Amino acid sequence: MEIGLVHYLTVAAVLFTLGVFGIFINRKNVIVILMSIELILLAVNINLVAFSIFTNTIAGQIFALLVLTVAAAETAIGLAILVVYFRNRGTIAVEDINLMKG
Amino acid sequence: MAAAAFFYLFAGICIASAFMVIAGRNPVTSVLFLILAFFNAAGLFVLIGAEFLAMMLVVVYVGAVAVLFLFVVMMIDVDFAELKAGFLQYLPVGALVAIVFLIELVMVVGTLFADPASLQVAAGAVADAPAAGVTNTQAIGQVLYTQYLFAFQAAGFVLLVAMVGAIVLTLRHKPNVKRQDIAEQVARSHKTVIELKKVPSRQGV
Repeated sequence: MEIGLVHYLTVAAVLFTLGVFGIFINRKNVIVILMSIELILLAVNINLVAFSIFTNTIAGQIFALLVLTVAAAETAIGLAILVVYFRNRGTIAVEDINLMKG
Repeated sequence: MAAAAFFYLFAGICIASAFMVIAGRNPVTSVLFLILAFFNAAGLFVLIGAEFLAMMLVVVYVGAVAVLFLFVVMMIDVDFAELKAGFLQYLPVGALVAIVFLIELVMVVGTLFADPASLQVAAGAVADAPAAGVTNTQAIGQVLYTQYLFAFQAAGFVLLVAMVGAIVLTLRHKPNVKRQDIAEQVARSHKTVIELKKVPSRQGV
């Protein structure tokens, strides 16, 4: 059977689900949560590129490029916050992060 | 049929390593499996014909983001086994949500599979279909700096803000470290720096 759009969308759907699942089962570990977000954004990129190719438009790939940019920025900021938090508190457990709770 | 075989190879390894990312015990192995997942996604992009984005994925993710993750994982000294403790507690609800979500997504994709005509773009709607014989990189470049110029510049601005933010967050001014203070240096004048003393003869200062 020829590889078509549906195959790529299925791969992206599975990757997205794995990312969401990863956020659920690694509730305490911020680093793995950030990696799960990267997986979700990768799934989004696969969707964008697949639609871009199969509908013969280039816009999808431009948007994938922008998503890539945002993902890189988000990772940099997230890891910076993580490092600062670890420096101040000595732990990265998510449930301890409640300083701003009213 | 080689393309189909490569698709299943790349897709299979990509999904398997994505699973290892979230299920791994050690974050270092998680990062390494994340790199593997991105490499295989890049392979999928090459297969589908998006070569430029495939190379971007390798450069940006494997070259920058994954290395950043590795640095942070190795820099902070955390007992990761302890963080893994609630694993089984969250597993049922996580699995439930994941299964429901996957079923929904597969149903969406399945409707597309049952009716491929729903994907057809209206004839006049496609404004930026790349011309025949234009390479992928050239096609992206032709629209990125013209039609999507503002989006491109906004992306650059996002990166700038992220860079400044990351530096501001992590920069630390340690006490007891001597630093150059240029304003103070420039503000010095001979009146405050040089002290003239009249030294009487045979008496010393």
